Amino acid sequence: MGSAITTSGLGKTFITRTGPVEAVRDLTFEVGKNEVIGLLGPNGAGKTTTMRMLSTLEQPTAGTATIAGHDLRHDPRGVRQSIGLVAQSGGSRPTATVRDELLLQARLHRLSDPMAQAETMMKAFELTELAARPTMTLSGGQRRRLDLAIGLIHAPQVIFLDEPTAALDPPSRNELWGHIRALRARADVTVVLSTHHLDEADALCDRVLILDHGKLIAEDSPARLKQRLGNDVITIDAGLRDDQVATRTLASIADLPHVRDVRRTGNELRIGCENAEGLLTRVVLTLHDAGIDMHGLQVAHPSLDDVFLALTGHTTAQER
Amino acid sequence: MSALHDTFIVFRSELALALRNKVALAIGLIQPFVYLLLFGPLLTQALPAAQNPWLFFVPGLLLQLGLFGTGFAGFNLIPDIRSGFVERLRVAPVSRLAILLGRLLKDSLILGLQAIPLIVVGYLLGMAANPLGVLASLILILITGVGLASLSYVLALGLPNEYLFAPAVNSLAIPLMLLSGILLPVDRGPVWLDWLAHLNPLRYILDATRALFTGALDTTAAIGIAVAVALAIVSVAIGSSLFRRRTA
Ligand SMILES: Nc1ncnc2c1ncn2[C@@H]1O[C@H](COP(=O)(O)OP(=O)(O)OP(=O)(O)O)[C@@H](O)[C@H]1O
Ligand SMILES: [Mg+2]
Repeated sequence: MGSAITTSGLGKTFITRTGPVEAVRDLTFEVGKNEVIGLLGPNGAGKTTTMRMLSTLEQPTAGTATIAGHDLRHDPRGVRQSIGLVAQSGGSRPTATVRDELLLQARLHRLSDPMAQAETMMKAFELTELAARPTMTLSGGQRRRLDLAIGLIHAPQVIFLDEPTAALDPPSRNELWGHIRALRARADVTVVLSTHHLDEADALCDRVLILDHGKLIAEDSPARLKQRLGNDVITIDAGLRDDQVATRTLASIADLPHVRDVRRTGNELRIGCENAEGLLTRVVLTLHDAGIDMHGLQVAHPSLDDVFLALTGHTTAQER
Repeated sequence: MSALHDTFIVFRSELALALRNKVALAIGLIQPFVYLLLFGPLLTQALPAAQNPWLFFVPGLLLQLGLFGTGFAGFNLIPDIRSGFVERLRVAPVSRLAILLGRLLKDSLILGLQAIPLIVVGYLLGMAANPLGVLASLILILITGVGLASLSYVLALGLPNEYLFAPAVNSLAIPLMLLSGILLPVDRGPVWLDWLAHLNPLRYILDATRALFTGALDTTAAIGIAVAVALAIVSVAIGSSLFRRRTA
């Protein structure tokens, strides 16, 4: 299995009026064919700059990269032939219609039957009814579906998705995840996507690269990253009137698999665990069997902030 | 060959959008008539009776149309830069030159659509022009339009921010217009003004158009044609190098 992307010492320094900005430094990584990779990092970490370099929009100021076998510097056209980019800000003309944009893209990539290809993509991304709408009238979620359809119409080998689900509501986000998962199922496709959300990386990616201030600070599978820093937390607001019952119940919860620790503060139970969703039913049943009422329940997962805090000692909110 | 095909693809898509924008199209078509009807009567009085005023005035209006129509072509690039459309084209395996040329051809064609009714009305008002000369002038104006539109794109791409675009075009187009003799003959002013006007490529193109309208295929016409072609080549070269430099 060859690799879809290799970079070595890739870097970009922007010269600005207030001095140089090192957006990306010494980035070395490899992405295998058919892998889905997440670029994770706070605002300004260098995710977009990395994708722009790999998609020929920005000249690296250091290092080299190969995409789908094409050298970034010496064969940019070869790179462009093999990739699709869904930019953070999209890329449609405001007054052009959905169909215009898909047709143009199909033609630019010399697809054999542009009309049919455009129709197929509209069907796949539920855009058929919006075909004649100017793109400026689309909602955020509709626009993102169009961006994705444009980026994928030519069936590229390597796909870059820059924050594909930013600013989408949960249903639209789920829908988009479905499209990205469908890509993952295709044997010949490699995906690089950027996100701020560990749960998104968790849901979609085989491997995650964490960037901070332009540097690669960690590289692992989402599961192992979370393991490294521990716990989901289940918080339950319960009617714990009888202390004896409470202590006994706490003990039996602590004995459940995947539970790390259980703490009680007044009427509140905090259960530190792995895989909270897998555990939830049993916790609830245990409480029920003990005759304890529940008034509220909350599940918290480690966030990107937690990962960051663990890896860098600072939170994502502390920007440069 | 592939660059040519790319150009056609971009041209076709841009033209379809432009033709669908009915309001802009209507304004573009009405504008020349407004000039013709407002200035024409004044001009017929101002010029010596021996001269056919329309032979002087219609070529001027044609060039003015070219100057202001295509001079603002870059305006249409601004939303496309802002929306990320231009970058999307850059990520596609498309000739950089084609991205520019496709748009330029569209701008030039729209200019042609505006120019033809202007010429027709000129004839109706009594312009006694040589038809072959008029046809040659039309081609000359379209070539000029390619050059001017390309410079307009250079401004849209090259200026540090988009707010500068309109003032920049205005401050260039108005002196260019005055110094070309579109409305008033420049050679009647002071020597320094005449000298300055000779640095203006549009002046040569206008003189050539006026000559061609009378049916003269003389050195004036030849110089004007050469200037228009040179202007187009130089502007497209600058424009495409800017498109390329922004990309790698
Ligand atoms: N054209 C530019 N000129 C100067 N600095 C730039 C330019 N583009 C990006 N930068 C800087 O490079 C750094 C990385 O930016 P980048 O857009 O890659 O971050 P990001 O990880 O995509 O952030 P976000 O999550 O906000 O999209 C930032 O400090 C940014 O200000
Ligand atoms: Mg970004």
